[in-house]
Amino acid sequence: MVSSVLAPVQERGRAALERLGLPTRRQEAWRLTDLKRLAAVAALPPSSTSVRQDLPAPSEGVLRLVLDGSQPSLEGQVWPQGFSLLNHADLEQVLGQILDHCGCAEAWPVEFNHASSHQLLALRIRGKVPPLELVLSGGDGLVATRVILILDEKADLDLLEVVLAEGVSAHSHVIEVHLGQEAELRHGFLATADGQASLLAHLAVEQAPRSRYAFTSVVTGWSLGRVEPRVVQLEGQAETTLKGLAMTSAEQQLATHTAVRFDGPEGELDQLQKCLASGQSHTIFNGAIDVPRVAQRTNAAQLSRNLLLSGQARVDTKPELEIVADDVRCAHGATVSQLQEDELFYLQSRGIGASDAAALLLRGACQEVIEQLPSLAKAWQPLNRVMESLDR
Amino acid sequence: MIRPDAELLLEITDLHAAVEDKPILKGVNLQVRAGEIHAVMGRNGSGKSTLSKVLAGHPAYRVTGGSVRYRSQDLFELEPEERARLGVFLGFQYPVEIPGVSNLEFLRVATNARREKQGAEELDTFAFEDHVGEKLAVVQMDPAFLERSVNEGFSGGEKKRNEILQMALLEPVVSILDETDSGLDIDALRIVAGGVNQLATTDNATLLITHYQRLLDEITPDYVHVMAAGRILRTGGRELALELEQTGYDWVDKELAAQGVA
Repeated sequence: MVSSVLAPVQERGRAALERLGLPTRRQEAWRLTDLKRLAAVAALPPSSTSVRQDLPAPSEGVLRLVLDGSQPSLEGQVWPQGFSLLNHADLEQVLGQILDHCGCAEAWPVEFNHASSHQLLALRIRGKVPPLELVLSGGDGLVATRVILILDEKADLDLLEVVLAEGVSAHSHVIEVHLGQEAELRHGFLATADGQASLLAHLAVEQAPRSRYAFTSVVTGWSLGRVEPRVVQLEGQAETTLKGLAMTSAEQQLATHTAVRFDGPEGELDQLQKCLASGQSHTIFNGAIDVPRVAQRTNAAQLSRNLLLSGQARVDTKPELEIVADDVRCAHGATVSQLQEDELFYLQSRGIGASDAAALLLRGACQEVIEQLPSLAKAWQPLNRVMESLDR
Repeated sequence: MIRPDAELLLEITDLHAAVEDKPILKGVNLQVRAGEIHAVMGRNGSGKSTLSKVLAGHPAYRVTGGSVRYRSQDLFELEPEERARLGVFLGFQYPVEIPGVSNLEFLRVATNARREKQGAEELDTFAFEDHVGEKLAVVQMDPAFLERSVNEGFSGGEKKRNEILQMALLEPVVSILDETDSGLDIDALRIVAGGVNQLATTDNATLLITHYQRLLDEITPDYVHVMAAGRILRTGGRELALELEQTGYDWVDKELAAQGVA
């Protein structure tokens, strides 16, 4: 964790925020956002740190790090073979570079994180390493965390980020990931809250050829949530898998904005986004796929499946495909539905009560994404967490 | 097996039902006693499937008249899940696929709901795996299907076997099998029919809803009913099904015309 390199970044972030001001509804990316809640997040004081004590024991062999946005150094941390902290010179070179490649410059949530974060975890990964678990949590107020992961050629990592929050608080998180050639990262993102906290999470991932990146996000229980994975295949020829589960209840609002760009040929994308909205809540999905002329023979598939669990809930879903290359396969689809009467009746006709049947169907709908999380997520009982959040 | 003194399990009296205000059932009368196997035949649109769904309590079907008593209880006062727990079973013509819900877990929850009503002990995951293992033999089903999502990606034959597996687990009192033979090749039909025969006892009853005689080559009914225009037009023994096989349903039109229905 190096904080000295962050000082100029903070300066720049503050200046950018002043220049940009808060997003407005006239900006397409913020058109549907509850901007009052965003303003409330922007006005939160920094968190007075309190690390949660009630974490489940990590699975065996898992390296767990807890990031709470404050500045304790990781000196004394024993790193398993294959992990190393980036040195100062490396950091100065890479910091912000992946964000730029992924087109995140001047994005409000990123500048907001720049202006707020004091803590940076920057790791280099070599070879096949033990699973890494990052627990991102804090107390009241605003918590800002920033992570950089450089996976060298042929590195192989299971990563789980767990974001936990309670009460009137907000978490701003930015992670930058570089995957070298033939590197492989299975990245789980499990973010659950109690309905009052807000989340702004931004991911910038760049992939060298023949690398494989699988991102599975399970996000639920945020008053205002915004998750933005942006992936660039630097020269194509890489594999990207994005699986997302976004759930809202009460009056929550949760937006998922994904963007994948192929800057070379023969790239592959397999994407499924599921949104479940109950109560008077609102889910938003925006899925951009950019296939420029250089990206011939790209094979991309995006599916957005949405479940409306109440008459007052709202779902917005928008695929955004920009395809210039002519020899490509790009499929996309979106569905919005309610729990199927026939499925409910089938379960009831086997003696399962109506509310249990509905719960079973919901668990099934969630399970399809949850089972894609890296296996170290099991310690967190993700399905139970998600169902509890829906009951609340 | 016909025994006049056997318990009257199901008593359908002048049953009328509609879908979206369109009358489908127009006065069905039927009595089913323990130990009996009934076949209900008829052409498409005669009301056979509607009868099965009304008995199981499908919400899209509205009862507009008449009554059904199940073991002396008013069936229509019971929710679908309550009917199932008390021993009414519907084998679906088109079993529903439920992605993400494990077949094994589904079968366990359903079995325990029925067992609770029977006063039997709840089966935990391990005990249930042994229990279901024994029942798989009834339909010669590969245990691999337990690990998959309910009916997801199952072939037509596998879905029907899964239905009969559920019947074996739930030990129903009255089983209504809605076109269980549809979409099955002859081998699958024999396996499914063999399962039904194994499960038939003197204490339960089966209602086979079918379009074709060929299922009745495998399962011998005590009664055959022919439905037309929402009613049971004729009732006979097994020979009635054979007669239908020979003559087709043309006589039905004549009979309906004579009655001023068609």
